[in-house]
Amino acid sequence: MGRYVARRLLQMIPVFIGTTLIIFLMVHVLPGDPIRAMWGDKAADPAQVASLRHEFGLDQPLWKQYIDYMADLFKGDFGKTFGGRPVSEEMGMAFPVTLRLAAVALTIEMIVGIGLGAWAGLRAGRAADTGVLIFTLIVISMPVFVLGYLARFIFADELGWLPPNVQDSMDIQQLLLPGFVLAMLSMAYVARLTRTTFAENLRADYMRTALAKGLPRRRIIGVHLLRNSLIPVITFLGTDVGALVGGAVVTEGIFNVQGVGNLLFKALGQREGTTIVGVVTIFVLVILLINLLVDLLYAVLDPRIRYA
Amino acid sequence: MTTIEKTADDAARQGAGDDGTPLLEVRDLHVEFHTRDGVAKAVNGVNYSVHAGETLAVLGESGSGKSVTAQAIMGILDMPPGRIPQGQILFRGEDMLTMSGEERRKIRGRKIAMIFQDALSALNPVLSVGYQLGEMFRVHQGLSKKEAKAKAIELMDRVRIPAAKERVSDYPHQFSGGMRQRIMIAMALALEPDLIIADEPTTALDVTVQAQVMDLLAELQREFNMGLILITHDLGVVADVADKIAVMYAGRIVETAPVHELYKRPAHPYTRGLLDSIPRLDRKGQELYAIKGLPPNLLKIPSGCAFNPRCPKAQDICRTEVPALVPVTEQDGTELPGRGSACHFWKETLHG
Amino acid sequence: MPDVTKSQSGTAVDTAVDAVAPPTEVDTAPATGPAPQQNKPRSLWGDAWFELRHRPLFWISAVLLVLLLAIAAFPGLFTGADPRDGDLTNHFLTKPELTHFFQADWFGYDGQGRSIYARVIYGTRASIMVGVGVTVVVTLFGGLLGMVAGYFGGWIDSIVSRIVDIFFGLPFLLGSMVVLNAFTERKVYVVIAALAFLGWTTIARVMRSSVITAKQADYVTAARALGAGTSRILFRHVLPNALAPTIVVATISLGAYISAEATLSFLGLGLADPTISWGIDISDAKDAIRDNPHVMLFPAGMLSLTVFAFITLGDAVRDALDPKLR
Repeated sequence: MGRYVARRLLQMIPVFIGTTLIIFLMVHVLPGDPIRAMWGDKAADPAQVASLRHEFGLDQPLWKQYIDYMADLFKGDFGKTFGGRPVSEEMGMAFPVTLRLAAVALTIEMIVGIGLGAWAGLRAGRAADTGVLIFTLIVISMPVFVLGYLARFIFADELGWLPPNVQDSMDIQQLLLPGFVLAMLSMAYVARLTRTTFAENLRADYMRTALAKGLPRRRIIGVHLLRNSLIPVITFLGTDVGALVGGAVVTEGIFNVQGVGNLLFKALGQREGTTIVGVVTIFVLVILLINLLVDLLYAVLDPRIRYA
Repeated sequence: MTTIEKTADDAARQGAGDDGTPLLEVRDLHVEFHTRDGVAKAVNGVNYSVHAGETLAVLGESGSGKSVTAQAIMGILDMPPGRIPQGQILFRGEDMLTMSGEERRKIRGRKIAMIFQDALSALNPVLSVGYQLGEMFRVHQGLSKKEAKAKAIELMDRVRIPAAKERVSDYPHQFSGGMRQRIMIAMALALEPDLIIADEPTTALDVTVQAQVMDLLAELQREFNMGLILITHDLGVVADVADKIAVMYAGRIVETAPVHELYKRPAHPYTRGLLDSIPRLDRKGQELYAIKGLPPNLLKIPSGCAFNPRCPKAQDICRTEVPALVPVTEQDGTELPGRGSACHFWKETLHG
Repeated sequence: MPDVTKSQSGTAVDTAVDAVAPPTEVDTAPATGPAPQQNKPRSLWGDAWFELRHRPLFWISAVLLVLLLAIAAFPGLFTGADPRDGDLTNHFLTKPELTHFFQADWFGYDGQGRSIYARVIYGTRASIMVGVGVTVVVTLFGGLLGMVAGYFGGWIDSIVSRIVDIFFGLPFLLGSMVVLNAFTERKVYVVIAALAFLGWTTIARVMRSSVITAKQADYVTAARALGAGTSRILFRHVLPNALAPTIVVATISLGAYISAEATLSFLGLGLADPTISWGIDISDAKDAIRDNPHVMLFPAGMLSLTVFAFITLGDAVRDALDPKLR
C-alpha cells in the first residue's frame, strides 16, 4: 500500500509538470502585451514598461520564466499579481469559499443523485425509471449557466425564497442556491450511474444467493446491492472534480460568489498570467490528489483490488 | 394426469421411512419466460417428489428446465420475465406458490437451501466469507455479530476448510474453487435445512475436487437426514450418490427410475442416447455415439414428443401425440416400482 | 453455439451430456431467455438497430436532429428576417407574439431590436458546427492514437498514455477557457481546435482499452494463428469490435461539446460577434432577464433542445450497443 502510494505520487510529477507547462505556455504565448494593456488607451512610458516587464520576469525567455516559476512554486511562492498583491494571498481568500461551495454541491449531488438513481434502478424498466431517465436527460441538456439563470429567476426573482446574489460568500445558507445549480449536472450523472449499477447488480448471481438465503429485502438491497453498486459511483465522483471546477467558474459568476472561479475569471479578463497559472496549478494538484484518494478508497470498498 | 400421480405415489412408497408425505412435491409445474421473440416454455408439467434422507438427481442438458424448476422451488425466479401459469410446489404438504412473500422468505435458507454452480459469482465479492456465513444466523436466529462469527468458523470447520479461524475474514476470491464450493455448502447447511437443492455443484470444479465435494455433500446429507435434489448434466456424478433419477428434456420429465435400473435398462430413447454417448474403455477405437441434432428451441417446441426430431426410433405418432409419463413394467406385467417413461415405444426401448 | 460433432472429443468419462449439448448453461439465465438456435443469427449491429427502432426517445431525438441539421444548413428557409438587423426604435425588447408562427416577431425582439426568432435560427449553425467538428477531430485523432497505443503496447503505449494523462489532468472547461483566452479572433475553427485540444483524451482512453480487450479475444488469436497480417487483424478483427464503445462516447460527447461552446461564448471566451451564437445571446440577455425573460428563454431553450437531441441519441445508441447496461 505504502509503495503503491509512493509510486503514484512519483507518477504524478511528470503529469504535474506537463499540465502546468501547457497552461504556462498558453497564458504566456498571448499575442497581446498585458503590461501595455495596464495603461489602456494612454501612451505608456517605455522605461516604465520595461522596468515592469523586468520586475515580472517577462523579459526572460519563456523556458527560463517557467523554471523560475516552478522554483518559486516549490518554495510556496505563487508570485505577485499586477496589483502587487501575492497570488497566494488572493487564493487564500478565495479557496475557502469555493471549498464550501463544492462541499454543498457534493452533498446535494450524493444524496439526491444516489437516492434518485437507487430508486429508479430498483424499478428498472418501469414508469418511475423512465421518469428519472427523462429528468436526468433534461438536466444534462441544460448548460450550467442556463440552469443558473433559470434557478435564480424562479427561486430568487419570482418566488423570493433566496437572495439572487450572494452577499456573504462564507455563509453556507446563501451558498445553497449556487451549490444546487453547480450540483445539478453531476447529480444527473450520479443518478444515471447509480441506476445502471443497481439495475445491473440486481441481476448478479450473488443477489440470487442472498435471496435464496432468505434475507429480508431491506438487507439484500442495503447491504449486498449497495456495497457493490457504490464502487463505480465513488470512482465517478472522483473523476468529476474537474467538471465541478469548471462549473464553479460559471456558477460563481452568476451568483457573485467571491471564490476561485471568480478570481480566475477576472484574471482571464485582465490577462494576468500569474494568477491564472496559480489557480489552475492548484486545481490540477487537487484533481490529481483526489484521484489518488479515490483509487485508494476503491481498494477499501472492493477487496478484489490489490495494489502492488 | 392419473398415471403421473401414480408414478409419484410409487416414488413415495420407495422413499419410505417417514409418515409418507414427501418433504417436497412438485405437481404439474409450468414455467414460461416472456421474451422479445415470444414465450419460451421452460417447464411444461413437471412432477417429482423428495423424501427426507433421499437424493433425487435431476438430469438434463442445458435448457431442459432442470435449473428453472429448482429456481421455482426456491422462489428465486426472475418474475417477470418468468411466470408460473400452472402447478403446485408442496413443501410438507403446503403449497408454497400460494404463500405470502414473507412466509416463503422464512422457508428459504432455513428449511430449503440452495447450492449454486459457480461459487465465485454466487458469493458476494465485497463481503468476507465470515460475514456471509454469519449473516444466516444473524438474520434467521438473531445472533450478535460476534456469535455469528463464531458460528461461521464452526461451519467452515465442518466443511473441512483448513485454518478456518484465520480465513474467516478472507474474501471469496482468496479461496480456491473447491474451497469456495465448500463455503457455499456451509452456507446452505448453516441452519440445518430439511432440503438442499444443489444446482450443478461440481460442474465448475476440477475432476479430483469434484469427488471430494460430492463426498462431503453426501456425508453431510446422511448426517442430517436431509432431502437432496441434485441437478446435473453429469451421469457420472449421479451414479454414486443418487437414489432415484428424473431425466428432463424440453421442460418435461421423460423418464424416472431408481438409479441403477436406469443405467441397466433405460426406458426412453433419450436416456439410452445419453448412456451410449459415455466413452467406454471396452469400446476403444469405435466411433463414439452422439445424439444427433440440437436441443429444442423452447420458443418452438416440436409437436408431439419434443425429442422426435432427434430420436432414432421416431414414428408418425411421435410427431403428433405428446407421450404421457406412464409406469413401465416387466414384459410379463410385473410392476417396476418408481419407474416411468414418457415414450410411445417404451416397451421396445426397455425390452427390445 | 459450438458444433455438436466437435464436442465428441471430450475426454472426461462422465461428460456424457456434454457430448450432445454445448456446456453453456442457458437455463440459469432466464432473464435473457433461452437462446433461440433456429432463428436468423443476430449481429451486434442488427440487434442494436432492433433496439433503437423500439425506443421512442430515439425517434424523438432523430427527428429533432434532422430538423436541427436542416436549420443549420439552410437557415434562410426557416425565417425571412435578418438576424443582425437591429431596430431599436420600434422593436426594443418587444414581447413575443406566440401565434405569429415563423414570423420575425414570433419570439419577440432583444435589447438591440433584433428578431430573437431569426437569431435562434441563425445561431444553430455555429453550435452544430462546433459540436460535429470537435467530435470528428477528437474521434479521428484520439481514436487513432488510442488504437495504436492499445494494439502495439510497449513503449508506444507508455508514451501515448503519459501524454493522455497530462491532458486528462487539465479540467476540460477550465482548460479551454485558458486556451481560448490566448486567441483574440475566435472563429468557429478556433473554438473547435481549442475544445479538441483538450477533449481527445477521453476517446483515446476508451479506444485504447477496447482495442486491448479485442486484441486478447480468442478470435484474434485464431486469426493470427491462421497467418493474418497486422493491418488485416487490426482493421478486420480488432477495430470493428472495438468501435462500439467509441461510437457511444463520441455521440454522447457531441452534446457536451455544444454545451461547452455555449458556456464559453456566454463567458465571452468562445465565439464572438459577428458569429451568431446562442451563448452570446444568452449572455447579452442576462441583464434583461428580470422583466423580459423571453430574451433569454428562447435561445436557452433552443440550446437545451439541441444538447438534449444529441445526448438522447447517444444514450439510445449506448443502450442499443451495450445490452449489458439495459
